[in-house]
Amino acid sequence: MADATFTHTTPRRIWPADAAGPRPRKRFSQRNIIIYSLLAVLALYYLLPLYVMMVTSLKGMPEIALGNIFAPPTEITFEPWVKAWSTVCTGLNCDGLSRGFWNSVKITVPSVFFSIAIASVNGYALSLWRFKGANVFFTILIIGAFIPYQVMIYPMVILLREIGIYGDLSGLVLVHTIFGMPILTLLFRNYFSSVPEELFKAARVDGAGFWAIYFRIMLPMALPILVVAVILQTTAIWNDFLFGVIFSRPTNYPMTVQLNNIVNSVQGVKEYNVNMAATLLSALVPLTIYLISGKLFVRGIAAGAVKG
Amino acid sequence: MAHTVRPSRLLKNLNAKIAAVPMMLTAVVVFFGFTLWTVIFSFTNSRMLPRSEWVGFEQYERLWSTRRWLVSIENLAIYGFLMLVLSLVLGFLLAALLDQRIRFEDGFRTIFLYPYAVSFIVTGLVWQWLLDPEYGLQKAVRSLGFTSFTLDPLYDPNLVIYGVLIAGLWHGSGLVMCLMLAGLRGIDEDVWKASRVDGIPAWKTYLFIVIPMMRPVLVTTLVLVTAGIIKLYDLIIAQTGGGPGIASEVPAKFVFDAMFVSQNLAQGFAASTMMLVAVIFVIIPWAYLEFGGKKNG
Amino acid sequence: MQSNVSIKNLRLEYGPVAVLKDLDLDIGKGEFLVLLGSSGCGKSTLLNCIAGLLEPTDGSIFINGQNVTWAEPSERGIGMVFQSYALYPQMTVEGNLTFGLRNAKVPKDEIKRRVAKASDMLQIQPLLSRKPAALSGGQRQRVAIGRALVRDVDVFLFDEPLSNLDAKLRAELRVEIKRLHQRLGNTMIYVTHDQVEAMTLADRIAIMRGGVVLQLAAPKEIYNRPAHKYVADFIGSPAMNFLDAVIDPREPLIARAGDLAIPLEHYDFERHGHTGPVWFGIRPENLATGDAANSAPVQVDLIAELVEPMGAETLVWSTLFGTPFKLRMDGQARIEAGDVVRVGLDPKLASIFDKSDELRV
Repeated sequence: MADATFTHTTPRRIWPADAAGPRPRKRFSQRNIIIYSLLAVLALYYLLPLYVMMVTSLKGMPEIALGNIFAPPTEITFEPWVKAWSTVCTGLNCDGLSRGFWNSVKITVPSVFFSIAIASVNGYALSLWRFKGANVFFTILIIGAFIPYQVMIYPMVILLREIGIYGDLSGLVLVHTIFGMPILTLLFRNYFSSVPEELFKAARVDGAGFWAIYFRIMLPMALPILVVAVILQTTAIWNDFLFGVIFSRPTNYPMTVQLNNIVNSVQGVKEYNVNMAATLLSALVPLTIYLISGKLFVRGIAAGAVKG
Repeated sequence: MAHTVRPSRLLKNLNAKIAAVPMMLTAVVVFFGFTLWTVIFSFTNSRMLPRSEWVGFEQYERLWSTRRWLVSIENLAIYGFLMLVLSLVLGFLLAALLDQRIRFEDGFRTIFLYPYAVSFIVTGLVWQWLLDPEYGLQKAVRSLGFTSFTLDPLYDPNLVIYGVLIAGLWHGSGLVMCLMLAGLRGIDEDVWKASRVDGIPAWKTYLFIVIPMMRPVLVTTLVLVTAGIIKLYDLIIAQTGGGPGIASEVPAKFVFDAMFVSQNLAQGFAASTMMLVAVIFVIIPWAYLEFGGKKNG
Repeated sequence: MQSNVSIKNLRLEYGPVAVLKDLDLDIGKGEFLVLLGSSGCGKSTLLNCIAGLLEPTDGSIFINGQNVTWAEPSERGIGMVFQSYALYPQMTVEGNLTFGLRNAKVPKDEIKRRVAKASDMLQIQPLLSRKPAALSGGQRQRVAIGRALVRDVDVFLFDEPLSNLDAKLRAELRVEIKRLHQRLGNTMIYVTHDQVEAMTLADRIAIMRGGVVLQLAAPKEIYNRPAHKYVADFIGSPAMNFLDAVIDPREPLIARAGDLAIPLEHYDFERHGHTGPVWFGIRPENLATGDAANSAPVQVDLIAELVEPMGAETLVWSTLFGTPFKLRMDGQARIEAGDVVRVGLDPKLASIFDKSDELRV
């Protein structure tokens, strides 16, 4: 009898809808109640912070001080959002998070472009042109992905200082391009390895060289993986804090750094509603990407797990 | 036009080699060279600027007698161990739940994974707010009548790392769920059919058949989560700033402060080298398991 | 016959493994040569070397008298057709056909002329503006052949071009390739593991194993006088029967298998006077039954163990001196399992192989 109960917990792909045999209705729904209540409780844990951010950012300070953190705002105000975006102060600048936002845009766009351009060529050269010694470099690159950044940061500071771009946007772009290379190269290498080799051979018989095959055959074919790479990189670079705080000067600080400085500054009275509005504001870009891209975002994450 | 002699090895695939120059430079100069540089300079007494005055293992001796470093290591050990175990358990539970025939699967997945899309800074700040004893969860529960209810981990030196753990789990368990779900879906349906025919209860099938079959996914997840744990930095900065006092310091923050705040470069180098050693201890057994066995076979 | 593609001492090694072992091969102008063998025999490797897609370790390759060993694939005057069709997925059929010509900067009107000619010959004009994804397998392979055709070259290379198609289409395209060869008169080098394709298409077949050519001959010769036991076994379906036999030096014209003494006076010896343990090979279709059996030089009675009626013929499985023995009978033959069949065997049609070197005796 015990066995009979358990057979119903088999995953759904075994019994596509309606394909199941006789099943006792009552037990089935009991099992469902357990599953859905578990899911609901867990969903609460994941949704709670988003909800609290939202309601807090729409309340006025007096209401926050008196009321419950979970209570919806009795009087909705967008004042905190406006302040967070355009007038809140970090240090001497009082032009709000908008500065960090635009800095982040200026950092993210070129970083995403260059890192993907370089990594896709790398992946293409590694998977199809396999020259001697290429795998040695690739192995170092992949091992490098596991080296804590802290080990490489200081020499990087020296290098950028020597070149004269320490603190500049271009320096930060270079850093993102370099440290994004392992995962992206792996991503593209795996993708191009799955392209039938005969296609590459056919193109060579047709007289196409390295760049002609890349631009005219491989790149157009790689559109899906390009999208995945853009999602992966945009999210990662937008969310970066460590490189931003080290490799840019305060006027160039990305949104994450500025946000942290606003919220965790010790001066003045804490305005929790403004803080939460600012936090939500800087989460907006990656959240939008996440919601729009859906399955592709998941694919980008899984790409990190694909074995080389 | 035809060549009658073998072209030089060096010139073969010349374009491919030129195109790979950025990769080669990155691999050799940054990943290899910079790492080596840091390790070497951890044996000097550099302070504000790197200098090559050799002091042997002195920096390491100092490091291991620094209380702040010991606290950092202890915190990382607690956080790391619990994060690994709990995120794997929670991630697997979520994946197994989603793998039942449920409605709104996409909706639930979106909910469980969205924290992973936001930055650690956002994560840290929102949980700092939730765990604020004056305004947050503690106050909300107390207002329900449980006046002695206490939940202020961020202000308790003994509990602060668990407060960080709650936020870390919130952020990272969705990723584990995603990987696990992919692993579960990758298992041949016939396995489930066979176990059903044999009358094996589902939980036994999971425990003794499915989980062992997911070994590759489990191993990759383990490595990914561990790599993330060692990098733990932003979350601490945003949520606790290392406090109260030095109760929530972690190695990555120790390194940063030594290099850029207290101008004690060599201590930073030594500490970051220790982080590297820790990573090596994780990576080598994994690489051996993943690649070592195959070469022999 | 003037040789068109010539391979001298070609050697290819991957580390300690030699995939091609000092291979020599001359292919005449306008010849249809099939490289036949099971997977891993080196046939595709050889073709890729000829195409310039693989670098040999040693030796040289001549096409039209030019040493092209180190030339780029596109400089060799070859066209190639692949098993997976290898069409560029994001280009139209026309784009696929013209990609090579555009790379070679061929004038526009010349491109137009060649595309028109090729698409006419392969009847793919209606497909020119479609993408490969919208084509059937057979259509894709036609386009792939067209891509080789527009290059206007002397040598065509085919790498198992029909293996991805179903049986019916394969037969159709096989005929079409043969027709194309008759029309164009180009040199064609064709790799396959399918003996039917090899037998029907080839002027000559080169049977390969372990990086060497075991036999290079016309299909009939290969079928009738296989030079090697492996060749005899590989060609023909069902495969040749082999009996364990001995030629005693004291009576060099008799092969003894079990209690059977097979006279070899009429056997066409490759190596006269060869003695010792041998394989006595006879094809199932060369065994006589019924009245014809009674007039054969050697007769045996066999018990039919298993009968497979196939329509046009009937296959009978039996055992002779402990080894499996097949014979092929008329499709209308009345026979059931357990029946005794008298079988006649003519040594003239047999192939005998030495047991130690497996070469024809």
